[in-house]
Amino acid sequence: MTRTSLAIPPLRPGRGARRADTVATIVMWACALIGAVPLVGLLWTTISRGLARLDVTFFTQSMRGVIGPGGGALHALMGTALITLAATVLAAPLGLITALWLVEEADRSSSPGVRRFGGTVRLVVDVMTGIPSIVAGLTVFALITLVAAPGTRSGIAGSLALAIIMVPVVARASEEVLVRVPEDLREGGLALGAARWRVVTKIVLPTARPGLVSAVVLGVSRVVGETAPLLLVAGFTDSMNYNLLSGRMASLPVYIYSQWQNKGVDAAAYNSRAWTAALVLVIFVLFFQVAARLIGRSRKETQK
Amino acid sequence: MKMRTSLSNAAKAAATIAALGLALTACASNEAPAATSTTDTTTASVTATVPALSGTLNAGGSTAQTAAQDAWRAGFQAANAGVTVNYDPVGSGAGRTGFASGSYVVIGTDDAFSATELSSTTFTLCATSDIVEVPAYISPVAVAFNLPGITSLILDANTAASLLSGKIKTWNDPAIAALNPGVTLPSTAVTPVFRSDKSGTTGNVTDYLSKAAPSVWTYGMVENWPTDLTGDAANGTQGVVAAITGAAGTVGYVDFSQTTGLGVASLINAGSPVAPNAAGATKTLSASTPQTGRSATDLAYDVNRTPSDPTAYPMIMVSYEVACAQYKDPANAALAKAYMSYVVSTEGQTAAAGNAGSAPLSSDATVASAVATAVAAIS
Amino acid sequence: MSIAIALPTSGAEAVHTARRHVGDRVWKSVTWAAGITTILILGGVVAFLVIDGAPALSGTADTLPSHVSNIWRLTSPLLFGSAWSSAWALLFATPVGIGFALFVTQVAPRRLGTVLGSAIDLLAAVPSVVYGLWGLFVVAPVAARVYAWLSAHLGWIPLFSGTPSATGRTVLTASLVLAIMVLPMVATLSREVISLVPKTNIEAALALGSTRWQAIRLAVLPQAKSGIVAGALLALGRALGETMAVAMVLSPSLKISIGLINSQNPGTVAAFIAQNFPDASGLQINALLWLGLMLFVLTFVINSTARAVIRRQKV
Repeated sequence: MTRTSLAIPPLRPGRGARRADTVATIVMWACALIGAVPLVGLLWTTISRGLARLDVTFFTQSMRGVIGPGGGALHALMGTALITLAATVLAAPLGLITALWLVEEADRSSSPGVRRFGGTVRLVVDVMTGIPSIVAGLTVFALITLVAAPGTRSGIAGSLALAIIMVPVVARASEEVLVRVPEDLREGGLALGAARWRVVTKIVLPTARPGLVSAVVLGVSRVVGETAPLLLVAGFTDSMNYNLLSGRMASLPVYIYSQWQNKGVDAAAYNSRAWTAALVLVIFVLFFQVAARLIGRSRKETQK
Repeated sequence: MKMRTSLSNAAKAAATIAALGLALTACASNEAPAATSTTDTTTASVTATVPALSGTLNAGGSTAQTAAQDAWRAGFQAANAGVTVNYDPVGSGAGRTGFASGSYVVIGTDDAFSATELSSTTFTLCATSDIVEVPAYISPVAVAFNLPGITSLILDANTAASLLSGKIKTWNDPAIAALNPGVTLPSTAVTPVFRSDKSGTTGNVTDYLSKAAPSVWTYGMVENWPTDLTGDAANGTQGVVAAITGAAGTVGYVDFSQTTGLGVASLINAGSPVAPNAAGATKTLSASTPQTGRSATDLAYDVNRTPSDPTAYPMIMVSYEVACAQYKDPANAALAKAYMSYVVSTEGQTAAAGNAGSAPLSSDATVASAVATAVAAIS
Repeated sequence: MSIAIALPTSGAEAVHTARRHVGDRVWKSVTWAAGITTILILGGVVAFLVIDGAPALSGTADTLPSHVSNIWRLTSPLLFGSAWSSAWALLFATPVGIGFALFVTQVAPRRLGTVLGSAIDLLAAVPSVVYGLWGLFVVAPVAARVYAWLSAHLGWIPLFSGTPSATGRTVLTASLVLAIMVLPMVATLSREVISLVPKTNIEAALALGSTRWQAIRLAVLPQAKSGIVAGALLALGRALGETMAVAMVLSPSLKISIGLINSQNPGTVAAFIAQNFPDASGLQINALLWLGLMLFVLTFVINSTARAVIRRQKV
């Protein structure tokens, strides 16, 4: 990574510089507030409207046979957990290894053709970040129609659609982290005679671990709230389904959407279920993020 | 030191994941274990002499029918514990495509299959090219508005068309005042609200406007609200309700069951104002006739938007349930016939009315028996 | 420091070298496979859109969605709408995201910084439906009042022209909601790369007597620039592809207009596809897929331009 040369400022900052510093600090505090206010507002809305149905029934019942009040979202919670897990298993390694290829192989290749190819793959990854979630869903839907009976819906198809959205996010974020691993660490390993792959697995990856975990968290957060592709390919059901590979599988975002869009006469019951499901989804992601950070944190202490 | 920190962190992470993992294996307390093979016909089946049904019935289509389908599926599954009925609210178009391709055994659709579609489509699951198409969901559509202090107004078709198309600019317009003597109308600007998504409700409303107010509404029957008209475009019924609730002076068309808290207009039909109500909606269907040129089991209606009955509510949405007249697979036939029979039965229609605010077919004996006959033909 | 160079001179070392060759070969094949798979996925999506979208080019008013006379009448306003709303969203989100990341890493006390940094990730996980509901019930009513004021006092500015929307469901509101949705992408990625800047650089600048802002400007931002841009491009991707929240918050039409506060707003491609797909049949489905392809082309153009600009700056 290039080192910028510092333009050395005078030893005591002048009035202009101090004023600029104060303004900048105020602006940064303002940005923190601008970011925090909607966060707090959203969480407050979700919590206050979602607490009403945060009861045992919500976590122990599905919506099978329920009309009007009552029922729960166990089927949707389980569906989200399974589908997101499968999507992460599919997308995180692919995204990480693509980033590794870009940084460790393509960029360092002696052949300009390979380097150009690396540039193309980078562009491809960037373009992929712009795929509308519904287009990813439509693509998987068309793929399923080619290989299975039309209208086959399954949890794994939903995972595939989510993986298409997740891969570029993980790849791009990981790339930025890997590129910043100091070059001398790699050179040291190579100089000691280690193979290229050992340098990567023993030196680069552990150093970059917190950043890579953050990249995966970013990717999972990107897809966990997606509605449109799941509605299309994982379908909608109100019963439990334990099998990711066959049968419609409910998920929390689809559950929230359908409770909101297709209300019965007793609108209040549908509304409170929707908000509670939103709250459950946020809590679910919180658990996941905490777990991920715990996995990623231990190395950071040793980075110095 | 390093090892201990990373081990305890890993342990914490594992505990967190395990807590999540418990959810993956839990059973839902409201789902009884699968029915055993003994046929306990006294408690399980709908009819005591038929052996218990089992299997999965995949249905899908119209989103407007979802609340009604919830009620039908719950009632049917309660009576037939071995059956799972799935309904995908993917939209009427996707439903019709799915029925043709065989992904759905039964569908709900706001638009009946057109003559062109019938002649050019092969229905994968059907043994013949005949379909059973019956109206199963009839719902009054209301003109809803938000004017503080006013809960109801009287409008005729021309005024309603002018309001919705943005021709009337303020609420104290003489056209509205003439129909509502004694009501103080504010000078608030009129903001029409309509659907941004393609929708069968829009189709039914524009069909009504084009037939009852042809001089004002010149766009014909369309399922996408004309884009050159002013106003707020909202997503789905709930979007329209939210838009109307959110600002004063708004007016739009909403399924009557979702108008709690909004002002609702009575429409003048055959000289007298009729408030939206289920019985009135059925009367409009009674005054309509099935389209000609279709098979005996295809009851696609030409809805009479100007019925002569002064108690009929004219702006209704009719949504259909479609099945094959003859299925290739007898298992599909048994499930489809049982489900459709439940849907059009008095019990089913009452359940739907309770959850979705629809008008039960059973209020009109002629229509109900015609529909029942068509459904009985499924084999 | 002496550097040990491993030369295969004995049997054990020969085995070691052989294992290294196998390891390197496996490494090469796995990583190349990943890179190629990624291209294949995109290729698959593009191929699907091209094959299934092309028939829409011959569509007419009878067969196309919204009864437009040809497909381009749909494409131009919707592409404009996607680009316009995403541009505004990025305009709001990028500076705030960078400022947020700088705050969390440089200015805030340690605990607050860690908590806030992790909390913003939670914002990314809120389902888009909830953003739509929040935008509809919380943001739009407030926005309607602001727009009324803007129209009354600043209505001569073309951006604020037209009758202000009574419900507040305009492009500006949608862009604001989008900005909050994509903020975590900019903030998180910027935070990650800023925290990877060697602390010695910053400490050196501070030791030489610069203010914190000078140190940031000189030592942090140049190093973190590519990461910040990456975060902004990820944010752009999310904004262009956002379906549900925009569908609920925006009141779309098929007009190209730059007014931010009236109800004649250009719709976006993603929301249009979502709102028309359920009831679409026949050629209408092909038209929607063609629109998806056009959005792809737009993303490609924007990303290529951004790359070209960055490359030129590096030189």
